[in-house]
Parts: sequence; structure tokens; C-alpha cells
Amino acid sequence: MSRAMEKYLRPGLKGTPFCPGCGHGILMNALLRAIDSLKMDMEKMVFVSGIGCAAWIPSPHFKADTLHTLHGRAIAFATGVKLFKPDLTVVVVSGDGDLSSIGGNHLIHAARRNIDLKVICADNMVYGMTGGQVASTTPKGAKTSTTGQGNPYRPFDLCKLARAAGATYVARYSVTQPMALINSLKKVLRHVGFSFLDVLSPCPTQFGRRNRQARPEDMIQELIRQCIRKEEAEQLSEEELEGKILTGEF
Amino acid sequence: MLPYSRRVEKRKERMADRGKKKSGLLPPGGHFLQGNEACAEGAIAAGCLFYAGYPITPSSEIMERMSVRLRDVGGVFIQMEDEIASISAMLGASWSGAKAMTATSGPGFSLMQEAVGYAAFTETPCVIIDVQRAGPCTGQATRVGSGDIMQAKWGSHGDYQALAFSPWSVQEMYDFTLRAFNHAERFRNPALVLADEAIGHLRESIRVPDKVEVWNRKKVKGEAIFDTDEEDGVPSMPAFGEGLQLSVTGSTHDGWGVRKSDAPEVHAKLVKRINEKILKARKRIVETESYFLDDAEAAVIAYGFTARSSLYAVKALRKEGRKIGLLRLKTLWPFPGEEIQEVGKKVQKFIIPEMNLGQVAGEVKKVFCGDVFSYSQTNGEVIGPEEIIVFVRRIGS
Repeated sequence: MSRAMEKYLRPGLKGTPFCPGCGHGILMNALLRAIDSLKMDMEKMVFVSGIGCAAWIPSPHFKADTLHTLHGRAIAFATGVKLFKPDLTVVVVSGDGDLSSIGGNHLIHAARRNIDLKVICADNMVYGMTGGQVASTTPKGAKTSTTGQGNPYRPFDLCKLARAAGATYVARYSVTQPMALINSLKKVLRHVGFSFLDVLSPCPTQFGRRNRQARPEDMIQELIRQCIRKEEAEQLSEEELEGKILTGEF
Repeated sequence: MLPYSRRVEKRKERMADRGKKKSGLLPPGGHFLQGNEACAEGAIAAGCLFYAGYPITPSSEIMERMSVRLRDVGGVFIQMEDEIASISAMLGASWSGAKAMTATSGPGFSLMQEAVGYAAFTETPCVIIDVQRAGPCTGQATRVGSGDIMQAKWGSHGDYQALAFSPWSVQEMYDFTLRAFNHAERFRNPALVLADEAIGHLRESIRVPDKVEVWNRKKVKGEAIFDTDEEDGVPSMPAFGEGLQLSVTGSTHDGWGVRKSDAPEVHAKLVKRINEKILKARKRIVETESYFLDDAEAAVIAYGFTARSSLYAVKALRKEGRKIGLLRLKTLWPFPGEEIQEVGKKVQKFIIPEMNLGQVAGEVKKVFCGDVFSYSQTNGEVIGPEEIIVFVRRIGS
């Protein structure tokens, strides 16, 4: 975390709680930089998170109101906060397992209602905090602590899901694209209505080491190789797109 | 859709008259209402400004009425996607500063249990109405039961205290809902009204008092929000958006809400305080009512709808010359053990009719060494006076 953003953190907290090589610190930095460049008032912001590594991005680090809720229920809690105090900017920061698996129902219904929530999904494609079990976002074939032979099922495309459910701003970026990520976060924060941002974040500790990407830089390199802009993807054939992850606004 | 600027303006207008529309209250005097409707009116009188719920028989009339009545007082109503979302939204709104409520029945109450523990552990005031039906499982959705008594106390994992009322009339649906809000705000704890289908759907006359006592949560600037030196053990509770940078978490936390999930002493202290703040105040919370107990040799203990049949039965048995009385439990949690022990000094036996397999009888056995006769009926029908009279005659008293 760069010193310039320290003013947005609660005093007395040292460093991030994340493992070496985790991408969540980059997302934390990008989110604060987006808030900083929009000159937003943190006193009028509430950060709601569920359970998991990503939930620790705002709670308790951010110098704002933070609500660390139950596993999967962040969006439902945030709905209550926002409806009763609509003048607050309510940002949900949580993981892929929390938002799309146990909390999937709340995600689609909040998107349907188009409630003015800013949902940022720190997507490491695995259950990190509990030991690297398979998630609803784990790529087919990937090895996890519960799929030693490789994940037999297809993952969710969270952006398509959010879009289909009625979210009015949907985007995906990777922490390996920091400038595009900050720009998208700014759009999310300014957007009125339900916005969903899927942020790919490497987890070498739980995902990488079981999938031949044990070193943090291996995972970063792999993400850089996989991520492709939506516009570029339009020029490519289906075979060339195999294994690629589309990024951009949807 | 309106342009953004206009929507912000409209939102501000709505915010401005939030809770100020006093004209929305039910006028004092006599009213003829259904139990569930009276419950909604009690909530409005208590200052409830947020309701999140999910349809379920036999509690749905509460939600339907709240959807209309919250508009009248400038509050917020939302029908969520399930009961878990309902209780979660309610807790979020409570931290936004709202007096908030939800209502459900057994299956929904089961789904809510994890969040009940969250409310107790983060000391979030809220009111849950459970209009009980015949369980377990889906059971008989439209029939009466009172099988959620132990669930109300032990439903969520870990140690916490429940506050629970048991109304026996439409009047008490109004009074107890109001009082549940006051207790929730005063003790920063979830408060429950354990009604049953028979009371929820009963229609009778009630009297709305000219003035009601309404409590609001304590709010002292600069004080810790999860710890206090005050004797009552209830800390101050500000709201989000007041510039105080609150940190709220369901993990073990210190006085300022900072996560301390590996500090043994912090956890022990927190669990002790959230339990003791309720137990210390139990004399102010527990309410019972006695009938014909002065010379009684046996006593019926009853609550909810069954207490109505019990009173009728006790009066009839008195006419037969039997020295029998009735102890009615108006609150069920914290359990009125001391009050029962007090009556137990005078009587030899307790007769406990219940629409479950003896949930309260089991609790009475913990505090009373004499004879405890449990009369259970779990067929989805109310227990009538005749059944109680026959049962008492059979055991002989």
C-alpha cells in the first residue's frame, strides 16, 4: 500500500493481512486511488463485505464506516443500509465465493432491483481463506484442494450473470491492468444504479501452487497472458480464444 | 425514469419527513383488528421505520400491512428474495439508524438463525416476529403450533441471550411488539415476539392508549460502540453516515469493532458481557401473570393461545372445588425460572399444556423438583379447555 493512500486507512493498522503475492492489496490500492481522484468524502461512504480474504480489503482497514457481515450476505446487508440512508455511497467489496456462490441469490436480485450499490468482486477463482477449495468461478480442469483430478464443471461468467440479471454497469479487469482498473472503479463509483466489477486477483498460495504457478510472478504472467481486451477478442477465432479471459466493459 | 438530479431531490424529500408523519399513527381508542394487523400497528407506534420480509403463512398479513403503513409514516418497506436476505437487510438498516423489523414463521425463522447470532454478537437492535405454525419442516402451514420455543433460545450457534414475548391476545400483539422494540433498543439485542397462528389470525377489540412509552437507542459521541463501563453493560450505538468511521464485524471484536479473532481474553469478555447485560436485567424483562394462586395446591403454567384455554379450564375446575391456579408466562426468554420457583414453594404440582412435546415443561423441570405434568398436543389444533379439564381430573388435583 503506497503511503499516498495512507490517509484513507484507520490509524494503527500495519500492512495488509494478505499472503505474499496476493492481488487484493493491488485492488485495495486501486480502489482508494479511484476514491482519491474523485475526491469522494469517505464519511459518506459505507463499505460492506462478507466473509473471506476479500472481505478484509475494507474491514477494518478503510477509514469509513465498514460493515463486515455474514458469509454471502454482504449485498443483502448493503441493501438495508442503502435503502434507509440513500445519501450514503454503499460499496460492497467481497470475494467470488461469497458473492456468486453462497450469495448468488442476493447478487441477482439486487441487480434485478437496480439498487444503487457498487459491487466489487475480488475474484481469485478459489476459496482462499478456507484452504483453496473449488469455487463457482474456478476454471474447468483446475486443481484445487477438493478437485485433485481437476475441476469437472464449468465456471460462472460473472459479468454475463450480472448483465443478464439487470446490472446497469458491468465490467471485468485484472489487477495486472491497474490503470484500466482504476478508471473502471471510478466509473463504478460514479454510476447510479447497480454496478458490478469483476476483478481478477491472483492467489498463488491456494490456487497457483496447485496449478504450476507457485511463484507470485508466475500467476501475474499467466493473468497477463490470459487477459484480452473485449475489442481484441472480436478479431479472434474461437480456437484462439480458448483459455482467454475477456476484460473490459460489458 | 426521472433524471438523476430530480431523483436525488425526491430522495431528500422522503428523507426529510422520515418518521415525522405522526398523522400516520393509529388514533387512540378502540379498534377491531386481527392479531397480525395489531402487531404491525404496535411496530408503527414504536417508531419502526424499516421492514424487510418474505411471504410466509401465517405471518404474511404483518408484511402486507407494513407495506401500507410504512408509507404513511415515511418509512422504508422492501420484500426481499428470502428470509436470510430479509433479516440481513433489517440489520443493515438498523446500523443505518432505523428501528427495524421482520416477521416470519418456523421455516423462515430457521433460515434466519445465523443472522440472529450476528445481531446478538454485534449488538444490533432488531425485532423478529415469529407467528408459529405446526412444524417441524413445512408441517401444517396454516395450522397452529408452538414448537419454536427452544429454537428461539438455542437456534444460533454459540452463547447469546434471547428476549422473547408470548402474546395471548390481539391487544398483546400490539403491546408486546411495541415492548419488543423498546427492549431491543434498550439492550441492543434482537427481541422476539413468539406468537402463534391462532393469535395471529384472531380478531378482537383492542384499545390503543393515548400515550405509549418509546425507547430509543443510546447514542453518546466518542464512546466505544462495543464496550462500556456502565453498569447495564449496554454500549452507545451511533449510526452509519455520522462521520464516526464505525467498524462493525461478526468476528470477535474489541470495543471499537476492530477484529480480534485470535485474542482469548477479548472473546471471553465480549461473550460474557453480551449475555450478562440481559441476565442482569432479567427482573425488568420477565413478566408473568397469576390467577387463583393464593390458596392453590396445583398450578397450570401456560403461554400464548393455550393460556386462554387454561384460564377457562382453571375457572371451571375451581367450581368443582379443586384448588388450582394459573401462572401465565408473558415472556419466555430469559426463562421465568425464579418466578416459577416462587410459585413452586406453594404448590405440589405443575400442569403444563403446550402445542409442542413439552418444551417449556422441560425448562420447568430444571427449576422445580416436584411433579411436572406435561400435556402435549401437536396435531395443528388449539388445545381447548375441555382437554385441560379432563387431563387435570385424570391426574387428580
